[in-house]
Amino acid sequence: MTAIADASLDRAKHAEKARKKSPNGPRNVPGAGLDPIFKAVLYASGLLVLVLLGSIIVLLFQGGLPALIEFGVSFFWNTTWNPVTEKFSAGVMIYGTLFTGFLALLIALPMSFGIAFFLTEIAPVRLRRPVGMAIQLLAAVPSIIFGMWGFFVIVPLLAAYVEPPFITVFSGIPVIGALFKGPASGMGMFTSGLILSFMIIPFITAMFVEIIEAVPAMLKESAYGVGATTFEVFRHVSVPYGRTALVGAIMLGLGRALGETMAVTFVIGNATRISASLFAPGATIASTIANEFPEAPLGSLKNHSLLELGFALFVISFIVLSISRALVRGKSS
Amino acid sequence: MSSLARRRTVDVTMKAISTGFALISLCALAWILLTLLQKGLPALGLNVFTEVTLPPGQNGGLLNAIIGTLIQVGGAVLLGTPIGVMAGTFLAEAGRGSKFAGAVRFVNDILLSAPSILIGLFVYQMLVVPFGGYSGFAGIVALAIIVMPVVVRTTEDMLALVPSSLREAAFALGAPMWKVIVFVTWRAASNGIVTGLLLALARAAGETAPLLFTSLGNNGWSTDLSQPMASLPLAINTFAGSSFDDQVSLAWAGALLITVGVLALNILTRFALAPKK
Repeated sequence: MTAIADASLDRAKHAEKARKKSPNGPRNVPGAGLDPIFKAVLYASGLLVLVLLGSIIVLLFQGGLPALIEFGVSFFWNTTWNPVTEKFSAGVMIYGTLFTGFLALLIALPMSFGIAFFLTEIAPVRLRRPVGMAIQLLAAVPSIIFGMWGFFVIVPLLAAYVEPPFITVFSGIPVIGALFKGPASGMGMFTSGLILSFMIIPFITAMFVEIIEAVPAMLKESAYGVGATTFEVFRHVSVPYGRTALVGAIMLGLGRALGETMAVTFVIGNATRISASLFAPGATIASTIANEFPEAPLGSLKNHSLLELGFALFVISFIVLSISRALVRGKSS
Repeated sequence: MSSLARRRTVDVTMKAISTGFALISLCALAWILLTLLQKGLPALGLNVFTEVTLPPGQNGGLLNAIIGTLIQVGGAVLLGTPIGVMAGTFLAEAGRGSKFAGAVRFVNDILLSAPSILIGLFVYQMLVVPFGGYSGFAGIVALAIIVMPVVVRTTEDMLALVPSSLREAAFALGAPMWKVIVFVTWRAASNGIVTGLLLALARAAGETAPLLFTSLGNNGWSTDLSQPMASLPLAINTFAGSSFDDQVSLAWAGALLITVGVLALNILTRFALAPKK
């Protein structure tokens, strides 16, 4: 009796062992023992990506916490930035970040639509790839090069030829005049927006082209069939068809513009006050961090305030990028 | 008929404007490149490659910055690639369709577009503050965090292009999963993965913001990873604002070098390795 029970127990143990060896079934595969380890490494790498973002959030928050405790939540909308009296707040920089970001979009949006129209409908097929690629190269130019080019080439040009006429024409008019107030230094919000727009145009355009190319030919041909012009097909068929993804692409461009550092630092003028004028110098979160970090010793209130600024930038970018992703991936998959 | 004429006019106008926009952006690229050539070429003497950065007026060069950039970008690729390829493989093979993979993909997309200056601040908090100083190693980690999400994304995209029949054939021969991935899918996707890697490398090489608070820059010769380390973007950043003409022209020489390097990598990968359509 006991012998039989033992034997059946043995068999069960063997079966168990065999199952453990190869989880996919009864086959006995050489090297299958490494599979669990390999899978564990894959999962661990995936987990690492999550942990990375988590630690970024935690460390930025932790670094900025002393500033948040000192100045309270009003840190995010107050507008004082005074290293002498050690009073810091983020209002000016958040305003500058959003203002330059939207300026950049204002310029980049019509340009990107135009270039996407050109690349998908107008350009001869033979030109499309090289032209598209050349525009993509613009995205590969490092940020600091845009900064130098802006500082040494664009700023003097704007100061000498573009800003003065605007100032003389508009500054007398109420309301609109406020937009063009101040000396023509060539640096400031407008210049930053302009440079930023050239940096995000390639990104937005590339996604636009991809979205427009995904529009079913049948839809476009039906529109052509009833006599629509090329532009009408683009405007009334292609664009509405890809609407959601197009907005996602725009948000991605905005996300890029908000966090851009070096190019803006060179041309914005780095003034920590709010001005409605397009030509007034200002500051963005990223430019302030880059600019003031060397003068913020470890553990100082300024150091913590800059880290808190970084946390604010993270929250803003996170929101914009999440929306963008939801719109883009939601449509395509 | 007048309505038709008006519609045609609109069509032609919009076509003209769009073509004009495309021309403007091409001109912007050409303008940047011409500026770099015009100001960078005259400054690009032999001393740029043989001398380290010296005080103004002493005919210094960028040797330490060039070496520093090579070390840090190389280190970043060595550190970021294995993790990136593994995480990308996880997304495409092991975790496909799971909620966990969805979260990883979402977070990776955020990291891919996150402002690079925040990566710098993060590494400053993680490595510079606790270990008491700026270091080349911190720079490597910061650049690795820039490289990794790009590698994850391209690896996943490229593995997704590998036909399932290839995997099934390997499984049918009795290969375990790791052999299928290492010897079949990775090999089939290797061209694409290398393309992504080179593009990530090109992006990391031009990054300045994440290095500001990590490797800090160094005017002398330093290959010690525990010490502040020079790099081309940081040298450009320092010298572009200098009041000495020879330092400004050195900045232009550096700008020309880094841009030519980055654009050459881009052109090479996009033309030579891009999947033919």
